[in-house]
Amino acid sequence: MADAPAVLSIRNLSVALPEGGDRDYAVQGIALDVKPGETVCLVGESGSGKTVVAHSVIGMLPKALPVVDGKLRFEGRELPPQRSKAYDSLRGLKISLIFQDAVASLDPVQRTGRQLEEILAVHGVARRARFKRALEMLEAVGLPDPARIYRSYPHQLSGGQAQRVVIAGALLLSPKLLIADEPTTALDVTTQAEILGLLARLKKERGASVLFITHDFGIVAEIADRIAVMKDGEIVEFGAANTVLDAPEHPYTRRLLAAARKSAAVRESRSSQPVLEVDDLHLTYRTGGLLSRKSVHAVKGVSLRLEAGRTLAVVGESGSGKSSMARCILRLEAADSGAIRFRGEDITSLTGTRLRALRKKIQFVQQDPYSSINPRQRILSAIAEGPIIHDAPRREAEAKAADLLETTGLSAVAGRRYPHEFSGGQLQRICIARALALEPELLIADEAVSALDVSIQAQILDLFRSLQSKFGFAMVFITHDLRVARSISDDILVMKDGEVVESGLAARVFDAPAHPYTKALLSAAPDIASRRTAEAA
Amino acid sequence: MTAYILAKLFRAAATLLIAVSMVFVFIRFSGDPAAALAPPDAPQEVIDQYAEAMGLNKPLWQQYASYLAGLARGEFGYSIHTGRPALELFLERLPSTLRLGSAALLIALAAGIPLGSFAAINRGTRIDRFAMAFSVFAFAMPNFLFGLCVILGGALIFQVYFGGTDASVLPAALTLGLAAMGSFARFARSSLLETINAPFMRAAEARGVPYMRRLAFHAAPNAAIPLVTLIGLSLGALIAGSVVTEQVFGWPGVGQLLVRSVATRDIATVQFIVLAVACTMVLVNLLVDLLYLVIDPRIRSR
Amino acid sequence: MESSRPRIGPPAIPWSIRLSVCFICLFVLFALFGEFLSPYGFRETSMFDRLLPPGSPGYVLGTDARGRDVLVRLAVGAQITLIVAIAGTLIGAVIGSLLGIVAAARRGAVEHVIVAAIDVQASLPIIVVALFVLAMFDNSFTLFLLLVGLTGWEVYARLMRGATLSVKERGYVTAVRALGASPARIYLRHILPNIFNVALVQFTINLPLTVLLETALSFLGLGVQPPLTSLGQIMSEGRDRLLTAWWLTLFPGAVIFFLALSVSLCGDWIRDRLDPTLRSET
Repeated sequence: MADAPAVLSIRNLSVALPEGGDRDYAVQGIALDVKPGETVCLVGESGSGKTVVAHSVIGMLPKALPVVDGKLRFEGRELPPQRSKAYDSLRGLKISLIFQDAVASLDPVQRTGRQLEEILAVHGVARRARFKRALEMLEAVGLPDPARIYRSYPHQLSGGQAQRVVIAGALLLSPKLLIADEPTTALDVTTQAEILGLLARLKKERGASVLFITHDFGIVAEIADRIAVMKDGEIVEFGAANTVLDAPEHPYTRRLLAAARKSAAVRESRSSQPVLEVDDLHLTYRTGGLLSRKSVHAVKGVSLRLEAGRTLAVVGESGSGKSSMARCILRLEAADSGAIRFRGEDITSLTGTRLRALRKKIQFVQQDPYSSINPRQRILSAIAEGPIIHDAPRREAEAKAADLLETTGLSAVAGRRYPHEFSGGQLQRICIARALALEPELLIADEAVSALDVSIQAQILDLFRSLQSKFGFAMVFITHDLRVARSISDDILVMKDGEVVESGLAARVFDAPAHPYTKALLSAAPDIASRRTAEAA
Repeated sequence: MTAYILAKLFRAAATLLIAVSMVFVFIRFSGDPAAALAPPDAPQEVIDQYAEAMGLNKPLWQQYASYLAGLARGEFGYSIHTGRPALELFLERLPSTLRLGSAALLIALAAGIPLGSFAAINRGTRIDRFAMAFSVFAFAMPNFLFGLCVILGGALIFQVYFGGTDASVLPAALTLGLAAMGSFARFARSSLLETINAPFMRAAEARGVPYMRRLAFHAAPNAAIPLVTLIGLSLGALIAGSVVTEQVFGWPGVGQLLVRSVATRDIATVQFIVLAVACTMVLVNLLVDLLYLVIDPRIRSR
Repeated sequence: MESSRPRIGPPAIPWSIRLSVCFICLFVLFALFGEFLSPYGFRETSMFDRLLPPGSPGYVLGTDARGRDVLVRLAVGAQITLIVAIAGTLIGAVIGSLLGIVAAARRGAVEHVIVAAIDVQASLPIIVVALFVLAMFDNSFTLFLLLVGLTGWEVYARLMRGATLSVKERGYVTAVRALGASPARIYLRHILPNIFNVALVQFTINLPLTVLLETALSFLGLGVQPPLTSLGQIMSEGRDRLLTAWWLTLFPGAVIFFLALSVSLCGDWIRDRLDPTLRSET
């Protein structure tokens, strides 16, 4: 390893944060190198400084984040100072950077082809050669009908297609180093697998090195040659992939890995009478004005059955109709047809006070904890609001709210504060406390851990499990993440395009999936447990 | 795209119809519409004929229908002030107003947009602060005060009276354009700032596109899209401003005609001008919506 | 437990805002008590003291063509301007905001009607509407106040409709609905407090516009009618003597300008302090 000269070498890099932040440095004492043809994964949770490292390499750190120390060398030569003009001839030609949101990183009013040709133009490729090369590159990234994509505007592409176009642009001039900043985070799991495979193939074909930034250890396990783990602006562990994954030295790495591995033993099944039954549920959204009416058939004949105290995980990619189904069960959305029965009672068309009385029994935890609590309401009053609505005396409700704060792992004094004073994980605990204040029999959690960092995710999942055994509610847990589904569910329901493609006991579905889509999902999900080589993809 | 065009056409037609209907309701309930619309000094028989023709003794919806039919035939009534058709009076004044308005718009665009863009590019500097201070000044300055100051300045410094029928269009156009100039500057600044900070600008930088090229080829076209709306909106402010500005400078335009007609209660003329303003605004906003089709591919493929 | 988002302390207030607040306070005091600064009544004429320049004995700001004291007339004019500005702005804010919220809350036909009304108003400059109505009805102070009050109602309606629609979709409203809250509780406790800022910011933009419309109409002689007076009307009386008696136009003009300037500076400042995300329209 030591013999090959590094493509990129970072020595002792420190970048200051503006005064008044929660720490003095965005990153501190970073030492990292990337060798030819190698994939180095820079992994860490949000706020750990991964992106600052990426931007410093390509010279795009803003003035507010000055480099105070350290050397950045690329192919043995020192890189120019941040934001200097000299970078124009490096970026896109020698070093490329791709961002998380591909659609947003393309100019919305220019055809994609022109944007690719622009890269060739600014780096001095002759006019005549440009069209052909852009088209060839679009073909090389596996886009169907490259000529059509060439003429398309960014908004006409899907997220996966746009990311392929962006990758085409990044590799157009065969740069020596590709920096990829969470390039698949915004994509569905099957698309993610395709993009990861594409990156691995192109990297090999074009002899580039990759600095891959991610928060997801599943991806890391799949593609990394070496791994650098970042925490609070510092690299806490850096080494060969196998070493870091199999024998992590730093406690933080161990914690992250444990959280990611938590595919815990599938829970044993008990059986009792059904809490929730759904029969042939349909939902269509209608939008648009008088002349441009559009309709989307979001839920197409879903049926399910959930017994008391059990957890049903509903798994599917974005647009599969899983959230729409949840909104129907919660009666936030009126179903077109079908029946929803709660404890044997048909609740499909309850209205007025009877509907409001039902809400006490079915509660809801949403994806984004930041927007789920009224910013002008104190925490205690937010938690106590449910019981107060259902006619509990204020003092009793608030005492109960204070209890629940402690049960969910916060201190009772937190109740006096406002939502903006809490972190995402803490807010999600508060949302769970608010839902439980009504002592529901059914809890619906819609992507309730998706917005959280992986170590926080594990904590919240633990909280769900312990609260469930304490209070005994049944749970519908909606998620796109198979690892999360596996760790929490008794039963599982896989959805695609508004329909159920497979359902059954979690253990059975995970070990012996019957439907091809379930198989595809399972094999696409990056997983540490089954580490494959990047070349295989 | 067809749906978009149809929706916009429908909306424009509906807006215009509602505006016309409200004018009808006001005229119908404000006094004797026959006397208001008949030629001045007409004998009672003629007024009665008008009342008959307008069907004032028929049910309201029939009156409304014949009112619409009348407008469609181009019957806009006569001015009590001069005894001439309202349309004729309006057309006579229109060229002056168009000259003043277009000069003002031109001044506002030519000065406001570069000022705002320059401020955005040099954000946080002295230029930026100056541009923002100027836009607040332009917003708060009443055009009658500014106009009087211009006239006073002209008289004291150049010994020229800037008002009147034969005066140069410049001083009046500057007065009228001042407010629009301020809002163009402010809007151009915020639009360009938003674009400059958009993710695709960072991405273009990461692809090695040089600074000036990023500004010219990516920031400018994207920032121009919302500006088109503003030009449509500012037309209303220009029309409103021209009423006052023409009065201050004694400019012989439609605004002056409107003020005089209101003062003399010349209903037919006032009615016509209101309808003309509504038509112009609706048409311009329709044009702006259609222009979007040309400049914004996202709307084109809807 | 540490908070993850650092709290930002109260920022320093720039001198331009301090000056603006001072001017607004002075203006209000002058409108309320300015009459007592002068021994004369605002309608009191004097044949011998016509067109005296500022600084003349007994007349600090001079006199007009009928020998009336400019100082006391300015105070009375400021009073009227203040009343019209505040009452008028409130009328527009309340009517517009209510319509906007109702449109977003009811959807369906009600919303279509309100949106159509917004479109119509947006295609007719308020000064043209005001002139049209004034041509047909007898000018009274009440009618004038109502007309001026309608300035910008459609902007409130549009903004509040957008804000209500966007807040309605926020997670906390969904959560409170799922708790079983009644619509009244949802609107009063959770939606209104979160969209109030939008109306407040628009209020500061609209107030100067109302002042400018009132003074412009009065300047045209179609607004506040004698014997009452307003700043715009005083200016229009002086405009034919611009060269000989500049104080008749420039003093009230300066007051109008600085009032509009101060209010919009404060408005900008408030807008920067408040949550800007709510202003994103649908």
